[in-house]
Amino acid sequence: MTAAARRVWGLMYRHLALYRRSWPRLLELAYWPVLGMCIWGFTASFLMGRLGSGAAAAASALLGGVLLWEVCLRSQMGMAISFLEEMWSRNLGHVFVSPLRPWELVAALIAMSFIRMIVGVAPAVLLAWAFYAFNLFAMGPILILFFINLMIMGWWVALGVVSLILRHGAGAEPLAWSVLFGLAPFSAVFYPVSVLPAAVQPIALALPSAHVFEGMRGVLADGAIQWNHLLWAFGLNLIWLGAATLLFARQFRQARIRGALLSIGE
Amino acid sequence: MANPHRPFRHLEKSSNRDAMVANVIEVENLTKRYGDVLAVDGIGFVAEAGATVGLLGGNGAGKTTTIAMLLGLLLPTSGAIRVLGYDMLRDRFSALARMNFSSPYVSLPHRLSVRENLRVYGHLYNVRNIDARIAELSRELDLDALLDRPAGQLSAGQKTRVALAKSLINRPELLLLDEPTASLDPDTGDLVRTWLERYRAETGCAILLASHNMAEVERLCSHVLMLKQGRVVDRGSPRDLLNRYGRDDLEDVFLDIARDRRTSREPEPAA
Repeated sequence: MTAAARRVWGLMYRHLALYRRSWPRLLELAYWPVLGMCIWGFTASFLMGRLGSGAAAAASALLGGVLLWEVCLRSQMGMAISFLEEMWSRNLGHVFVSPLRPWELVAALIAMSFIRMIVGVAPAVLLAWAFYAFNLFAMGPILILFFINLMIMGWWVALGVVSLILRHGAGAEPLAWSVLFGLAPFSAVFYPVSVLPAAVQPIALALPSAHVFEGMRGVLADGAIQWNHLLWAFGLNLIWLGAATLLFARQFRQARIRGALLSIGE
Repeated sequence: MANPHRPFRHLEKSSNRDAMVANVIEVENLTKRYGDVLAVDGIGFVAEAGATVGLLGGNGAGKTTTIAMLLGLLLPTSGAIRVLGYDMLRDRFSALARMNFSSPYVSLPHRLSVRENLRVYGHLYNVRNIDARIAELSRELDLDALLDRPAGQLSAGQKTRVALAKSLINRPELLLLDEPTASLDPDTGDLVRTWLERYRAETGCAILLASHNMAEVERLCSHVLMLKQGRVVDRGSPRDLLNRYGRDDLEDVFLDIARDRRTSREPEPAA
């Protein structure tokens, strides 16, 4: 293992050790996705019971939307909360004076976000399959591209949140939980972008998530893969990720100028 | 080892890193300004390998700010810092791998066990055979009974020993300690000081120590920098300072400087 890989692993080990000795923490990862799936699963069942098989496509889109949105949400929260855990334990002073590079810190946070997302979303996917007869994997291999895009979106949003925490300290903490909910109406998770008012549609189309969910509905409706939406999603993710990286680099440097790395979280 | 007769030579530019390794820390005209507040005002000093240098001064004198800049946590407004021959503004990670830091004001993750904490830092510092190193430190710092206990459940003295173990995990060539014995009982404080003395003697590690404990500074430090309002107002070995001020202990020297009742028998050196 290279020195850089060991440093990334070192920070991951710190978080994994925490989960190993705390089953409530592990349970909490899956709690909200499972709860969400229960609520929306019963809603979908109710609609299908009332409207008959005609509602099956809508129910599938609903459940698919719930699960894929959780991928984005858990990726974002997983990364931001891993950073907050360093802050809460007042450990950042030690981390930042170790040879860990900022990009290695981000890599470790991304890796933890991936693990937390898988542990959180997998039970909800199983629940949807077992109780609501919804098989997410029926979408085929394209699902992997949907996953990748939504994870990347979660990461750049989280990087933005971490940057704001570096800038504003503990005052920006609530963003770790709330910021993505603010983007949900524009992400067209449960409805097509065309439903949104014309003035809002450009905002929605600037988000990779809206293109992923448009693509998902296309696949669920007739199995057709809308490559244009996927390309837009990848392109937009690249742009937003670049912008978030620049913001993080700038705020990290500003934090070193202001001395915020010493007092962050206080 | 340090040259006791030339502890703080004025900074001289060296042409290559090998020539500079003898000077573990080189600080030149270091300044840190926060808006209108001048936290550190043009300080300069050199610390040689094997030296224990004390940073003394009242609250707000600039000790912690200076240490933060030496660690790369804080960017100076102006000035130059070289640590172990590396320019801390351009290549701080090469130096950080060979140094370490301990402060009672920076915690270790308290839900992790002591062993897990040390493993984390073993990885971060790329330590080979981490478990053997942990066993070695555990023996030397009497941590065997604590290794599998959560760090958050330890007493202040135990936490200090664990923090010391963390700061030694990579066998540092430079150790920066911010009030290493603050809030410790005399017995634990003495244990820590004894251990630091031994480690420095055995390894030739340089130590930069910020402390309010004058007896500790007198015992451990070969050289002392007296800071006031961000400036180095005096410097020398503890013995030199005692002679210069005609005092019997450093606490009186500290008070003379803090209360501007300077009685130094020599002209004040340039900062």
